[in-house]
Amino acid sequence: MKSKTIKVDYLARVEGEGSLFVKIKDGRVTDVALKIFEPPRFFEAFLRGRKFIEAPDITARICGICPVAYQMSACHAIEDAFGVQVDHPIRELRRLIYCGEWIESHALHVYMLHAPDFLGYEDAIRMAKDHSGVVERGLRLKKAGNEVMSLLGGREIHPINVRVGGFYKVPSKQELAGLAEKLKWARDAALETVRWVATFPFPAFERDYEFVALRHPGEYPMNEGRLVSNKGLDISVREYDQHFAEEHVARSNALHSVLKERGSYFVGPQARYSLNFDKLSPLAQDAARAAGLGTECRNPFQSVIVRGVEMVYACDEALRIIGGFQMPERPAVEVEPRVATGYGCTEAPRGILYHRYRLDDHGVILDAKIVPPTSQNQKTIEDDLRQFVTANIEMPAEKLQWQCEQAVRNYDPCISCATHFLKLHIERQ
Amino acid sequence: MSTAQPDIRIIGIGNAYRSDDGAGIAVAKRVRERITDGAAIIEQSGDGAALLELWKGAGTVILVDAVHSGEAPGTVHRLDACAAEIPSRLFHYSTHGFGVAEAVELARALNQMPARLIVYGIEGKNFGAGVALSAEVEEASAAVTLRILNEVRSLKEGNP
Repeated sequence: MKSKTIKVDYLARVEGEGSLFVKIKDGRVTDVALKIFEPPRFFEAFLRGRKFIEAPDITARICGICPVAYQMSACHAIEDAFGVQVDHPIRELRRLIYCGEWIESHALHVYMLHAPDFLGYEDAIRMAKDHSGVVERGLRLKKAGNEVMSLLGGREIHPINVRVGGFYKVPSKQELAGLAEKLKWARDAALETVRWVATFPFPAFERDYEFVALRHPGEYPMNEGRLVSNKGLDISVREYDQHFAEEHVARSNALHSVLKERGSYFVGPQARYSLNFDKLSPLAQDAARAAGLGTECRNPFQSVIVRGVEMVYACDEALRIIGGFQMPERPAVEVEPRVATGYGCTEAPRGILYHRYRLDDHGVILDAKIVPPTSQNQKTIEDDLRQFVTANIEMPAEKLQWQCEQAVRNYDPCISCATHFLKLHIERQ
Repeated sequence: MSTAQPDIRIIGIGNAYRSDDGAGIAVAKRVRERITDGAAIIEQSGDGAALLELWKGAGTVILVDAVHSGEAPGTVHRLDACAAEIPSRLFHYSTHGFGVAEAVELARALNQMPARLIVYGIEGKNFGAGVALSAEVEEASAAVTLRILNEVRSLKEGNP
């Protein structure tokens, strides 16, 4: 029997470390094991016994790329527990800071991590040598997102201005107006981005995914909504634990999130887009159509276009919020602790991020549960790889490795909170 | 005494909740306690791409991050990034997918390097979840802090 083992270098350009193992025997894929995610058990334990007010700041440390998402899910969960409703301008500012994080995170992924795959560069540094203008545009776009985050969050990485009930300090109208000028440039740059990535070569690959995202009657989802899918799921965030489970995977420390009834599912920009196309702004919809996307997108390699479209939307939405902003009477509403359990789920750049807290009457956290998007996509990524390798089994080893890495990066897996680098092994027997 | 303050930025990188990965942050905090003016001290946890912004327009940048290259825990590397490429093997054990080595090389490709860029790498032992530094890394962090204070003093006196 022909036996061949290919040990491949770490998968760079993914936050953190993990390993991907593909086993091929007699021309068939016999095993795919992806270990990129460690659940944030340390943080869940670290939160126990702490006051509710600390939760947004502590959980923001879980990820260097999406601190706002952790803050938002923590705030919403605790406000759910204590029956707090924030004022409209605060709700708008939360959406604005989230726009900043989407722009920042998507620009990083599209330009620095994903585009080099499509253009045949090993990394963004080599790409920058040939396309410095493009890379500079990506960095400036990312910076525009950072500026939104730092104005509202106090600091761009690990913002400290977000609190349960609102903000510690609200920016002035003048400060917001200063952002608007930069966001107008960013919106044009995002439109350019969509036109650029639409020209990339995309492997023909589609699957009948179950997309899961928030859906809100009045807006493209960020902070609020019901959890829906294209296969009939339609629940409130409070019902999450009744429908989703985390399964231990015997061969690793990883947990796979599954829908109890149907198994693997898909979260992130492509799921949001496919379930909420009608809620995008006309500009974002037009950009998507011009890039050749329909109202649903099932090719995960095209996620790079969807991220571009979401950047257009985030800039557009940020400008809408700034244009109509009225100063709130107070930066935060009063929060009165009570014995309760609270549930929060918001749309992190990479997909739904679920938090649950049980609290006592002094506002002390008795237990916490956090399910990040990357853990939810892990099983779907494995399923993609199984199908992709099966369909391309005759591909030269080097090209197959390249495209497997690219297939993982389709999901922008964020594992900065977990391990450090991903080793890819393809074993042929 | 020099009248023109040198524009010095000291950037500590890492995640304080990933044990030894927090070495750079620990050094930044220690340096901040000892320097009152003449240098900006920045703690940064996140992606390398943000570093290009942080050092824009700076004269001298001193970066500190945890590394994992297989040498003994607590080993200190000092690299002059303007003089030679940063070996990316050093920084792959950083929690930043687009890390320090990538940021430096990208800056070089885009002509966005600061005039002077010194990188300190501290060999870590434990990168698991946790808030404490290993004893070796704790000791190395104190040593790197002193070395940085000396460098800053020389720069201010005009003998880099």
